[in-house]
Amino acid sequence: MVKIECISIIGGIDKSGKPENITSLDIREGEIIGIVGPTGSGKSQLISDIEQLSQKDSSTRRQVLVNGKVPSPALRNDPRQKMVAQLSQNMNFLADMEVRDFLRLHARCRGKDQISTDEIIYKANQLTGEPIKPNDNLTILSGGQTRALMVADVAVISESPIVLIDEIENAGIKKHEALELLSGHNKLIMIVTHDPVMALSAKKRIIMKNGGMSTLLEATPEEKIVSEQLSGIDATILHLRELLRNGLYIEENDLNFIPESLLCKEENASLTL
Amino acid sequence: MQRRKCIPHLVATDQQKMTDNKTINKLPLIIIAGTPGAGKTSVLVHTIRILKSANRRPALVKIDCLATDDDKRFAKLDLPVLVGLSRDMCPDHYSIYNLDEMKAFAQKNQADALIMETAGLCHRCAPYTENCLGVCVIDSTSGPNNPGKAGPFLSCADIVVVTKGDMISQAEREIFRERILEANPGCNIVDVNGLNGQGAAELAQQFQSFKAGSSVEDKLRHNAPFSVCTLCVGEKRIDKKYHRGLLRTMSGCEQYVGE
Repeated sequence: MVKIECISIIGGIDKSGKPENITSLDIREGEIIGIVGPTGSGKSQLISDIEQLSQKDSSTRRQVLVNGKVPSPALRNDPRQKMVAQLSQNMNFLADMEVRDFLRLHARCRGKDQISTDEIIYKANQLTGEPIKPNDNLTILSGGQTRALMVADVAVISESPIVLIDEIENAGIKKHEALELLSGHNKLIMIVTHDPVMALSAKKRIIMKNGGMSTLLEATPEEKIVSEQLSGIDATILHLRELLRNGLYIEENDLNFIPESLLCKEENASLTL
Repeated sequence: MQRRKCIPHLVATDQQKMTDNKTINKLPLIIIAGTPGAGKTSVLVHTIRILKSANRRPALVKIDCLATDDDKRFAKLDLPVLVGLSRDMCPDHYSIYNLDEMKAFAQKNQADALIMETAGLCHRCAPYTENCLGVCVIDSTSGPNNPGKAGPFLSCADIVVVTKGDMISQAEREIFRERILEANPGCNIVDVNGLNGQGAAELAQQFQSFKAGSSVEDKLRHNAPFSVCTLCVGEKRIDKKYHRGLLRTMSGCEQYVGE
């Protein structure tokens, strides 16, 4: 497999046919980039362009280069050579088959026959509520179960140096755990999100507007501090969610919940300040 | 051949026909088949727009069964368009039977290629000829078992266009692709989004680089199903005793019933 050092997005046109503000953008291995913007602003299309390694042949006329070069057709199409894993916004499977058969088939497509399907199902079940069973039919899975299975499938079978994630916060799965599962060492990750916690966890973020890449912002030191505090608030909200899901009453005291892991982090953060 | 030598004027006409056939056969023929609703017309409209911007001028023929609005969509492209309704005849048989007329239409209009879209319904025929570029359009939301069931219009195609890929997950897309290659290992797969035209440029590229085949007498790649029976010619009564022809029972026994 080709080693990815850098992908370059050469800007195309926005929805009005005008050139995009950002004419060229390099993303290097190990970088995590957020993609934010109003609904309909072209976020999903941007990652679709990257997934297809578009060569000015999509509606946006963008071109994507790999290590500064035009990628070969095989690199674009052959799943065995593909360098891009994509978690799309889809909330349901249309394939009418059992979970285990589906995973086996997909593993074969990617040339990874030796992968254990049980391990993928186990990983998916760490992210969702009611467990997925190997002989469940794909089409009966709930939105959350589907999403959890897609995450585990992308993380294990489609394991690739470039990971594209579209709104991981959807469908009520454990987003932090899901993100951790998807992001391995030195991967190039792009996250489309409406969630401030996710958006601020990226070092850079692309702002989308009217179908075009409008601005590239780098997270400020102040935003880093806000991001830490926000993670605390988020953890409290997720804690409340779990309590509610398990049929418990909420008490005022529950609002003060901050997980220990975050407490340690905050101390570290204040030390470095 | 012996008889032709004896009758000079017939020889002349035949030769005339041969040269006509030769020039007509040089016209690149592209045949598009696919299931109803797969997005054949949408894919074509995007692809032809790109061909037009490259100064190509193909003639378009649309075959349908009972009615069609697609000629209006094609007419917007400002190219010669011909529509044929097959009515009582099988649309694939109809398109094969009328191929010469379509070629003549394309030639009369100084087109540089003939693109024909069939209505293909029953999955047993493949409308592609040996000389043509056979293009099958298939809907990826139809499920991963579909390519295995699709029959000769998929397995004989040169190019398989996969539509609606944006509606399924990456994993499902990859499995679908694998299934197509199982049914047709030599084909070229092109993903096209019929709504926004993504991928149509690659298809247009393949249309442009296609050169017509060289066999003088063009043939079908796959035979049409050869079982014909009284139902084919209008019998409406159901009882078994009324039926004649090459018939097949539920248990798979195929036999000729009749005189």
